[in-house]
Amino acid sequence: MFKKILIANRGEIAVRVIRACREMGIRTVAVYSDVDRAALHVRKSDEAYPIGPAPASDSYLRMDKILDVAKRSGAEAIHPGYGFLSENAKFAQACADAGVKFIGPTPHSMNLMGSKTSARQQMEKAGVPFVPGTSRGLASADEGEQVAERIGYPVMLKAAAGGGGKGMRLVHTRQELRSSLESAQSEAQRSFGDSEVYIEKAIVNPRHIEMQVLADEHGNTVWLGERECSIQRRHQKVLEEAPSPIVDPDMRRRMGEVAVKVAQAANYTNAGTVEFLVDQQKNFYFLEMNTRLQVEHPVTELTTGLDLVHLQIRIASGEKLPFKQSDVAIRGHAIECRIYAEDPDNNYFPSPGKITVLLQPSGPGIRRDSGMYEGWNVPMDYDPLLAKLIGYGTDRQQAIMRLERALYEYFVAGIKTNISLFQRILCDADFQAGKLDTGYLDRLLAKGNQAVASNAPEKERATLEMIAAIAAGMFTVLDPASAASKDKEGNTTGPAADPSNWKQKGRSEGLR
Amino acid sequence: MVYEIIVGVKVHRLELERAAGGWECRLDGQRVHIDAVIPRRDVLSLLVEGHAYEIKREQTATDLHMWVGSTRFAVELRDPRSLRSRQHAAGDEKGPRKILAPMPGRVVRLLVAENSEVEAGQGIIVVEAMKMQNEIKSPKKGVVKKISATPGAAVNPGDVLAIVE
Repeated sequence: MFKKILIANRGEIAVRVIRACREMGIRTVAVYSDVDRAALHVRKSDEAYPIGPAPASDSYLRMDKILDVAKRSGAEAIHPGYGFLSENAKFAQACADAGVKFIGPTPHSMNLMGSKTSARQQMEKAGVPFVPGTSRGLASADEGEQVAERIGYPVMLKAAAGGGGKGMRLVHTRQELRSSLESAQSEAQRSFGDSEVYIEKAIVNPRHIEMQVLADEHGNTVWLGERECSIQRRHQKVLEEAPSPIVDPDMRRRMGEVAVKVAQAANYTNAGTVEFLVDQQKNFYFLEMNTRLQVEHPVTELTTGLDLVHLQIRIASGEKLPFKQSDVAIRGHAIECRIYAEDPDNNYFPSPGKITVLLQPSGPGIRRDSGMYEGWNVPMDYDPLLAKLIGYGTDRQQAIMRLERALYEYFVAGIKTNISLFQRILCDADFQAGKLDTGYLDRLLAKGNQAVASNAPEKERATLEMIAAIAAGMFTVLDPASAASKDKEGNTTGPAADPSNWKQKGRSEGLR
Repeated sequence: MVYEIIVGVKVHRLELERAAGGWECRLDGQRVHIDAVIPRRDVLSLLVEGHAYEIKREQTATDLHMWVGSTRFAVELRDPRSLRSRQHAAGDEKGPRKILAPMPGRVVRLLVAENSEVEAGQGIIVVEAMKMQNEIKSPKKGVVKKISATPGAAVNPGDVLAIVE
């Protein structure tokens, strides 16, 4: 087993991996950019080294600097987390060349699956069902128009190197195709350094369901059940659950077997996820394989009782899978909410800044994987994911109730978060009935905010309004000094700062 | 102590007076006994005749909110004497409108030039933050009088990016 592992990531996932290492008695090495010196992953690690300026391309994406830290610190393995270098075959190769174990699949498998186009070509050969489209990048807009004409609109443009919705466009008509292709290519270039974009028939209102697989380096591959990931915004997952409300044991087994076939066709090792689109008749089509640990891996951990990061590390160190497919049992139900730094009242714009107040939930059936803390300044340079709140219960209904309770306890001030969005989703009738597809969230949001406003009955709301008024007064009376005075940057200054308008007002009122 | 407190659009008159075991509170003439402590900054535990409430205070550069449970209320404390002076001119379709940066980020590109005509909702400027590109849209139909944003520049929330008239 490894004695020391470098975590080439930041945020909640770096903290997640550091925790697993500590549990296994492995020392951890963190890396950080200039704006992340005070980040939680640095605080939680055994060793930490700076790797450059804020932009990811100058720090978290710098293979040379990260490998240099690995060498200096004596780390024997690198866990890449998700995002950043996690699906970069060149990095996996560079690790191998430097004699450091990359905790993930081989560069060969990553190359095959990392490009969505070559993955399609490979799966065609292996006889895996997939959506009609091109299996290579578009050479020109003319070619795109021809293919779209053949397979029929609407079509989906996708970056071959893509993920997380970047470089992806839904095109309804011929007129939109050219400009959508250009913007998809430029976004793909900026996000992945590769402008290759291919085209696929868009399945209208599909479900997005994925299957977790795990493969050791001795030829054993297992599937660990599906995750329902249909609730998305701008192709970014927002809420995931396991199991899917529509997958029965037979369908689960069939999807699992296809996923194992996909993994084996790519000589896949370590943790991976096979994504499927599922149409209204429950036909499933291979979409892509994610060659990394997924953001939403906790829902699988809770429903299988396995620790995927422990297993990733054990597999990478050469151990065999400690269980067989027939040992895997799905138990209970888990739902994950991705807490993002974004403003629900302002079209979900990103909302970086300083967290002035943080009240975090816990208690039965609640797991919280978080990268934030009170007083931390959320930098604007990275993904807005702050934390994941996962509810677990005997069944879906109990998981929902526990999450609703935990969201009620969750409070973040100073920056905006999407916590209120989950309160809307969880009490929505369609969600509760499991009627989900990738268009679900857009439809819910189109309904506007009435759903939330009518949350509390009119009479109760009037009471709460009176409480709010009394509270505003009591805050001013009891705690005038810390009544958050602001400097020009909008930063909250401490209790010892200049008397605020509040204090002055409070005083002048008091004198009357 | 007397406060005039606006919750949402409604104006309340609040009188607070220290009393045995808490405070005598008179809200819009209605008298209740309350007890209140601040267990930690920006959190208030309020007991109103046996009912327990936890209220969280959230203050931004421009607004003050009280969260009672999961329900958020916009709150303003006001000097009763200047009540009439504060009429919001929001929603005015006439006159110039500033387009403000909604979050910290970097200007990626401009979608229109100065003096061009734009429709309400048309994209003016693209700002990138946290790996997302966001089109900042025109709040009204009109002419772009001025663009103060330059591609590549960092912006802070509230910075004026452009003016549409």
